[in-house]
Amino acid sequence: MTDAFSAASVADPMIPRVARVVRRKREIADVVTLEIDGGAFDFAPGQFNMLTAFGVGEAAISVSGDPDNSARLVHTIRAVGAVSRALTELHVGEPIGLRGPFGRGWPMVEAEGRDVIVVAGGLGLAPLRPALYRLFAEREKYGRILLLFGARSPADILFRDELEAWRGRLDIEVEATVDHARGDWRGNVGVVTTLLSRAQFSAASALAMLCGPEIMMRFVANALLERGVAQERVYLSMERNMKCAIGWCGHCQFGPVFICRDGPVFPYSQLRGLIAKKEI
Amino acid sequence: MIESIEHIVKEHRFFAGMDEGFVALVSGCAKNMRFDPGQYLFHEGDSADWFFLLRNGSVAIELRDPARGAVTVQTLHEGDLCGLSWLVPPYRWTYDARAIDLVRAIAVDAACLRRKSEADPRLGYDMMKRFMPPLVERLQAARMQMIDIYGAHD
Repeated sequence: MTDAFSAASVADPMIPRVARVVRRKREIADVVTLEIDGGAFDFAPGQFNMLTAFGVGEAAISVSGDPDNSARLVHTIRAVGAVSRALTELHVGEPIGLRGPFGRGWPMVEAEGRDVIVVAGGLGLAPLRPALYRLFAEREKYGRILLLFGARSPADILFRDELEAWRGRLDIEVEATVDHARGDWRGNVGVVTTLLSRAQFSAASALAMLCGPEIMMRFVANALLERGVAQERVYLSMERNMKCAIGWCGHCQFGPVFICRDGPVFPYSQLRGLIAKKEI
Repeated sequence: MIESIEHIVKEHRFFAGMDEGFVALVSGCAKNMRFDPGQYLFHEGDSADWFFLLRNGSVAIELRDPARGAVTVQTLHEGDLCGLSWLVPPYRWTYDARAIDLVRAIAVDAACLRRKSEADPRLGYDMMKRFMPPLVERLQAARMQMIDIYGAHD
């Protein structure tokens, strides 16, 4: 079966190939990271794959691993609906369907020479992690790098070990905040925009990458614009119900664009007029 | 060299660009205070006689919940304003404010400033324009926290 699927997937992007889970890690209560034996798998930071839980369905999941380590194909999944829950319940050795990579990712080349502001909310850190790996790997190409992260509570902080390690670096600035916390939390409490108001960067040169709940991205994007960052250099990763992932089915149509094919990463200048429209 | 309270008030970002005469009026109601880590600036239910402009350190705004104990809903940092309840009757704090680390602050006598603002509405209007942005910012933040944006919404 595997060979048939693999052969077909070369010709037909709608047919998944069968891969296997080689590593599984529970990150936080409802979030699991799966490593898949995808073979040599090249992707750009911000791209996504369609993952199949056989017998249940298929879901679009951003790649959350290192783009410079094509041997490890990593996805971080939150159990929200039936498919994502089934994916998070897969165990090492079990088959998983894989199509991809799809979409346009983060503007890594455009970011060169600029201050880079990365703002992540909740699980939004997962699609941004490949971009962060690339930024760190090619640190000399960029100006200041700021990572601002918001989560619901200290228990909901994703990739906590890595965040703490990154925070220890002297060449990047990492700030985290949570919406609420018990008294023993010594970090920031408040919405992620409060971190932005204290952040130091050159607005004239800055490029921002945002991923998280859409409402968070809207507020952060507007706060960045108020600070003087050009809307063409504020990038958002959008999420919609993606099915075919190649712009055929129209499920993820967002005004004149398809999120799967034209995104999921868009400059705010392209979305600003659409994102506030209730009808879209 | 010991800085005068007037100089400290003038240098605080909250009073940026304030008319010299108003700075003198505000300074007449102000004093320096420090709080050790863990010390409370004020408690829920207390009379809101002072408000604070943080010069150094961080403050946790806490609500007490019988089941969970103290829940921090916001942290304030250098340059931030701590305390809005002094603006509206009945002038009582509706939360606790705890110093997370060593806090140095300008404490402003609220009754004194209210009196001066009544006497000179231009000062009152200037102060209101300074207090409105953090007030609106906190209202927006509270809305975002209220709808639990990071929660799972299928």
